[in-house]
Amino acid sequence: MTEQRVSYTLDSTLETVDSAEQAASRIATEAGFDDDEVMRIAMAVREAAVNAVLHGNAYDPGKKVSLAFEQTGGNLVITIKDQGKGLDPDKIPDPLAPENLLKTSGRGIFLIRSFMDEVVISATQTGTEIKLVKHVHGPSEGVKEASQ
Amino acid sequence: MSMKTSTRQVDGVTIVDCSGRITLGEGSVILKDVVRELLSKGQKKILLNLGDVNYIDSSGIGELVSAFTTVRNQGGELKLLNLTKKVHDLLQITKLYTVFDVKDDEANAVKSFS
Repeated sequence: MTEQRVSYTLDSTLETVDSAEQAASRIATEAGFDDDEVMRIAMAVREAAVNAVLHGNAYDPGKKVSLAFEQTGGNLVITIKDQGKGLDPDKIPDPLAPENLLKTSGRGIFLIRSFMDEVVISATQTGTEIKLVKHVHGPSEGVKEASQ
Repeated sequence: MSMKTSTRQVDGVTIVDCSGRITLGEGSVILKDVVRELLSKGQKKILLNLGDVNYIDSSGIGELVSAFTTVRNQGGELKLLNLTKKVHDLLQITKLYTVFDVKDDEANAVKSFS
């Protein structure tokens, strides 16, 4: 995997959600992930972007969403940051709990955690940053090459 | 590709053929409007054919749940037909696969409505 970084500053709109998903799909494909992994990565980014636009920035035109993709050390690292009040991950109800199964929302973070290898949520008073990491398991992974 | 729907009647069951993406925004709104319109016309036996739905996000999942509970609360039934692998997997990991009545054969699905 070639080391590189690309970043975007996006408006708090629904178009940003689609743009973030499309960028993730393209970059994950270029990084060598298979179709299923690309879909999972793109969906995780989409869900993180939804959180940033809706729950973080609340569609505020004065607030931006930062999106960055970094390929480094055999990992694809994606960072999505909003300028909202900050999300407390400990306060998110478990969507798999029987009493929550029929709720119509609250599955975004769960799906992100399901699809990515590492998820770090950092909430401050100036916004929430979600860091998503996916390990490259394919033949281009540095560790595997070194061990051959 | 955004979501498209068309409806047809088979033996008293309304089959909604869906295609495209059920996602935040247009896709979820279209699904909500279709179900609301069917209920307003008294059509409470609804079979959602998702065979051509290639993508669904958490908002789309939420809209499916909303449709399911809305129809049930009005004394009706909403079932799912022909899940693609992606949608099937999503319903599995969210533990909704056993909540919904999921069918893979249209004729049998129609017969299953009470």
